Amino acid sequence: MSNSGSWRLAPGSWPASAESDDSSHTQQPAARSQQPLLSVEHLTTGFDINGRFVPAVIDVSFHVDASETLCLVGESGSGKSLTALSIIQLVQPPGRIERGRLVFKGRDLRDLPERDMQKIRGAEISLIFQEPMTALNPVFTIGNQIEETLRVHGRATRRTARQKAIELLDAVSVPEPQLRVRDYPHQLSGGLRQRALIAMSLACDPSLVIADEPTTALDVTIQAEILDLLRSLQKQMGLSLLLITHDLGVVAEMADRVAVMYAGRIVEEAPVTELFSAPSHPYTQGLLASIPGGAPGTKLQAIQGTVPPLGELPPGCSFTPRCPRRFEPCPKAHPGTTILPPGGSHATVERNGSRIPQVHSVKCYLYSDRVEPDVREPGTF
Amino acid sequence: MALLEVTNLVKHFSRKRGLLAPPSIVRAVDDVSFTIEEGEMFGLVGESGSGKTTTGRCVLRLIEPSSGHVRFKGEDVLSFSRSRLRLARRDMQIVFQDPFSSLNPRMRVGSIVEEPLIIHRIGSKRERKARVGELFDLVGLDPTQLNRYPHQFSGGQRQRIGLARALALNPSFIVADEPVSALDVSVQAQVINLLMDLQSRLRLTYLFIAHDLRLVRHICRRVAVMYLGRIVEMGETEAIFASPAHPYTRALLSAIPVPDPAAPKQRVVLDPASFQRDAPLRQIASGHVAAV
Repeated sequence: MSNSGSWRLAPGSWPASAESDDSSHTQQPAARSQQPLLSVEHLTTGFDINGRFVPAVIDVSFHVDASETLCLVGESGSGKSLTALSIIQLVQPPGRIERGRLVFKGRDLRDLPERDMQKIRGAEISLIFQEPMTALNPVFTIGNQIEETLRVHGRATRRTARQKAIELLDAVSVPEPQLRVRDYPHQLSGGLRQRALIAMSLACDPSLVIADEPTTALDVTIQAEILDLLRSLQKQMGLSLLLITHDLGVVAEMADRVAVMYAGRIVEEAPVTELFSAPSHPYTQGLLASIPGGAPGTKLQAIQGTVPPLGELPPGCSFTPRCPRRFEPCPKAHPGTTILPPGGSHATVERNGSRIPQVHSVKCYLYSDRVEPDVREPGTF
Repeated sequence: MALLEVTNLVKHFSRKRGLLAPPSIVRAVDDVSFTIEEGEMFGLVGESGSGKTTTGRCVLRLIEPSSGHVRFKGEDVLSFSRSRLRLARRDMQIVFQDPFSSLNPRMRVGSIVEEPLIIHRIGSKRERKARVGELFDLVGLDPTQLNRYPHQFSGGQRQRIGLARALALNPSFIVADEPVSALDVSVQAQVINLLMDLQSRLRLTYLFIAHDLRLVRHICRRVAVMYLGRIVEMGETEAIFASPAHPYTRALLSAIPVPDPAAPKQRVVLDPASFQRDAPLRQIASGHVAAV
């Protein structure tokens, strides 16, 4: 049992068939096929700054099932990108993973030696970055770079790599791939560069793709094309997508489930339809309300205040100073996780022929007085 | 009378291609005309490279246009001498997109906001200080933070500083070039509310340059859509959203991700062959023109 009460959203603990609902709060060792592809448990990552450990990802737990899209939503500084880097073990000093488990296909990635991690990174778990110009090497052709990925992971030989690279570019709808394969990144438009990057990330048939703001640098029409492409590739290849974004429009279009991050913590997690129809955390409610869409010319409903800087998180719930519904317990201790009663038809979802229970959880005293034990040890940060 | 009248504005950039090759011409702004009424928030939307920022800067003569006319309060801005232009700039200001690179990191924010007053030799030292405090109040900043540096502020606060600087000389017209696109979602709404609030309190007129169509729909009564240097559609925002006439506008509108998982997704893909690039604008309905 986890040390924070019943908070454990690894759905491996949820039986794939919805009948035996009594096991929802017990950690039964589920059959392998029912385990989530990736489960992140109590991840805390931060930075050592002047001898002080400043956490930027705090006790984050979530899972990604096979062939589903989980959207991680948050503002800049909320810790969503650092969560992604933690998963693929690319946190650079002074950053470090303080604690937590990263279970991918039954193995904790933190236990793996770097050699084994290299075999997973780029092959089984691949990453698509926000800015395709900086993610691609300017002095090699995109063909070279895709071939490198293939050869490093032993998926092609020097001879077959070029042909495979062309096929990959074709799969991501790059026009005239046999010519484009010889282009350098600067010769491509932003949209084509992002396609090349996607081709590279798919080169080794990954089971999990982490896309960190893959369309933020792109124009809205190109963004639409890239999102369509990701969606159709996901369907064809049956891959899981961990999509990091700040755009709730993108979330609505892409997600199966959504986790909302604020100041390093996941404050709400829900199936996408339920998050939009019944947002529960005041922060989520504020985000949705601030989207322009009411009567033209009327005041937008802004969330007051600003995101607190990393080292200066307020005591208790980090959202307290900005929260319109704060009350007396909020600044005292951080709220624990409450699992909300399932909302109607969204309670389960059909995937791969079985019904998977869906969980809507929130960390807020409006729903329960459960308190989360402070992961911060006194004196450390 | 229209506050700003732009007619047949053209800006070509020539790009050297080599020693002997003739330079290639980029038609960044190609025959653009529009008018902005006093007190209006006029939206200019388009993708990167469509020429919307260049248009905004040509209007203020931060970039010299190749040809065309810009009339501000009835006067021809492009014929202004240097000294007359400087005087005119008191009345027309700009807020930039990036609140990080548009503030000098080595100046205290109080001095940043005061600088336009010094340049235009307005007021005594004491009067200027008082004005800066007033401006801080106006944009919702704490006047006790005058002595801080830009890096001590968040993105939204920095954008407020940029706005205070633009308002220092009491302009009547502001070019707002993507003023919120670099900000966090939860902060964007605050800055937009401030812009709308100032518009009604100070009777400001805005040229609001943006790529976020949801936002433009919310705050602009009229909008022009730019594509490859030309305005392809222009009119009342509601009319354009309700019945877009140009293929590009349709593609653009269909590409906006709708924050509603139940919304039907119907993507309109732009077929460049479906329209002529240099078709003239023609009347579709009253107050609605499109290049079709």
